[in-house]
Amino acid sequence: MSNTFLGMPSLPVFGRGNLNATEPFPQAAHRELANTQLRANLGHATHTIRYKRLKVVAELPDWEQMRDAGSAIKDATMANLPAMLEQFEANFTARGGIIHWARDAQEANEIVTALIQETGETEVVKVKSMATQEIGLNEYLEDQGIAAYETDLAELIVQLDHDKPSHILVPAIHKNRSQVREIFLREMPAVDPNLTDEPARLAEAARKHLRKKFLSAKVAISGANFGLADTGTLTVVESEGNGRMCLTLPETLITVMGIEKLLPSWSDLEVFMQLLPRSSTGERMNPYTSLWTGVTEGDGPQNVHLVMLDNGRTAALADEYGRTALNCIRCSACMNVCPVYERTGGHAYGSTYPGPIGAILSPLMTGIKSEENNSLPYASSLCGACFDACPVKINIPEILVHLRGEDVDSQRAKVKVPSQMDFMMKGAEWAFSSGAKLNLLEKGLPLGKLAAGRDKVIKKLPGIAGGWTQSRDIPAPPSQSFRQWWAKEHKPSTAVVPGNAVPGHAGPGNTAGHGTENSEGEQA
Amino acid sequence: MSAREDIMARIASALHDAPETPVVPREYRRSSNMSAEQRLEQLVDRLQDYKANVFVTPAEEASAKLAELLAGSTSIVVPHGLPQDWLSKLTDDAGMPAIEVDSPERRLTVAELDALDAVVTAAATAVSETGTIMLDGSADQGRRIISLVPDRHIVLLRASDIVEVLPEAIARLEATRPQTWISGPSATSDIELERVEGVHGPRTLDVIILT
Ligand code: SF4
Repeated sequence: MSNTFLGMPSLPVFGRGNLNATEPFPQAAHRELANTQLRANLGHATHTIRYKRLKVVAELPDWEQMRDAGSAIKDATMANLPAMLEQFEANFTARGGIIHWARDAQEANEIVTALIQETGETEVVKVKSMATQEIGLNEYLEDQGIAAYETDLAELIVQLDHDKPSHILVPAIHKNRSQVREIFLREMPAVDPNLTDEPARLAEAARKHLRKKFLSAKVAISGANFGLADTGTLTVVESEGNGRMCLTLPETLITVMGIEKLLPSWSDLEVFMQLLPRSSTGERMNPYTSLWTGVTEGDGPQNVHLVMLDNGRTAALADEYGRTALNCIRCSACMNVCPVYERTGGHAYGSTYPGPIGAILSPLMTGIKSEENNSLPYASSLCGACFDACPVKINIPEILVHLRGEDVDSQRAKVKVPSQMDFMMKGAEWAFSSGAKLNLLEKGLPLGKLAAGRDKVIKKLPGIAGGWTQSRDIPAPPSQSFRQWWAKEHKPSTAVVPGNAVPGHAGPGNTAGHGTENSEGEQA
Repeated sequence: MSAREDIMARIASALHDAPETPVVPREYRRSSNMSAEQRLEQLVDRLQDYKANVFVTPAEEASAKLAELLAGSTSIVVPHGLPQDWLSKLTDDAGMPAIEVDSPERRLTVAELDALDAVVTAAATAVSETGTIMLDGSADQGRRIISLVPDRHIVLLRASDIVEVLPEAIARLEATRPQTWISGPSATSDIELERVEGVHGPRTLDVIILT
């Protein structure tokens, strides 16, 4: 088929699966914030990783040049995605791999299930993968009578605890060592009852628990960090060796990868394999990286499948201001530096993708009109730390603002009756339209002072403005405004000499605050 | 329409504004300006940082070093293309471990590999800046499975195969070979982001650098 685009752009098709929050962010955040243990665990973990990342990044004299290259390589990939996908497909297939395409989560789950059923197996081992998390594969397989065992330590902790991941790199970041110990003692059959909470002992317990599973597994499921178009090579980056086990020992390997994970060429890996480990775990290099291209006779799985997943990625691609969110390499640096994430944790975001990247990626993939996700773009103070940390320079704050705009537009389109916000904005429009009107309004300031009472603070504002006072007080307004004060201090006789204007005072004819309709150059 | 056609059409539609393809600036370091000694020193430092055991040994003493490290082991596996002279001390001397050779004619099973003490392989190349050793499945490195299942991995690396930066290694490697890049023994940082060595991959990594 041809990829030449001829007609009108069709409407984007959004993604489904674990991309939606089950409740609005402010509500979820409220609950999570009350969990002091969670906040302590997260504070400790994010601070540790931030420091490590800064240290290894500072080691490289060409870090910024690498980021520039990474960002451009990804932009180039997206601009030529159809050609990249075709090239990748041809190369991967030529070497014995089989490619399947999935429009959405449901289709991907069905494909994977059918592939497993063909082998006759009812158990599979899994390497940590965001894509399979996103499509809810484990739950789907369980319904089909297939048990999927997570093998990454953190995923194992989460799975054993029947919990949900809260971080894309360290899904159990919200658990501390003694909580992990309790989970192991409770859920691992044949665990040593004298297990201590030393991380090394806990890792050993996981090794024992999974060893037999690895050595006997017939089917493995993985994600992929990168797919290289010019060679058809797939890459998995990991630490523990569970990835190597899954990618090497079983007869059948099924990989689920988002269509945006491609890089144009093998040599681009030299950029990304420097950017990724330093940004994610703060290491110079992760312990293990596996690369495979289709099937290699006698070495590794002989039935190699790849499911190429859309599930809303093309919808994100269609947003020209938001599409760079697809450049994300899931390093998690943005969440590790985010002041909001540090306090609320990953669960508050609802979606598989938490933190700053989740706040843009989830609504881009599901559409901002999706009720649950329209609060996500507000889960940020726009401080910009995520942008500075991002190895591929995704301008997250800019996309957040863009999505807030989209949300406001979509709300306005929905609501026929003017909202409180509309009234407030109308009022502001009236007040700020002329100095005279503003003057009139400012005469009311002493009233505010009265409302604040003796302690000189306003504790509760009415209506939607009440959100502002939910977690803070407002100091009482002064008895006069700056403009009133200025007018008093600068009688006409003391007006600035024309041609000798001070900043903020545009010059002749502008006697601020004197009731003229001239609002130009007004800075007061 | 097939799913593939559907997705391709969605992409074409999404790119209706025909975004331009930027020229990729490659201003980062793509070659080394370190001497061979500096690269060796840097690699040793990085590997030790990962808690690997590192030995710098003259090439002619490879076999003696290997025999020393394997004293006390009962059985090991080697890929069929491992240089014979590296093993000479192991085969000649009594009290040395039994050597299983994994070859296309006789591939060891998972259970057999799991019963062995160690694996000895060569390496394709190594990056000193990141402390990374690359295996590419050549005859002296063997199938991926043999360097994975045994709990101890001994790598013999020729000092002349050490490069400084990753781009140099990428230029030397062939993408389509099955590869494993190794930076230290298996490790995890999943509990409170504290790195601990030794999970599912080999828990001991010994690197003999041959000068
Ligand atoms: S947005 Fe950037 S910093 Fe955040 S996970 Fe993705 S690549 Fe990393």
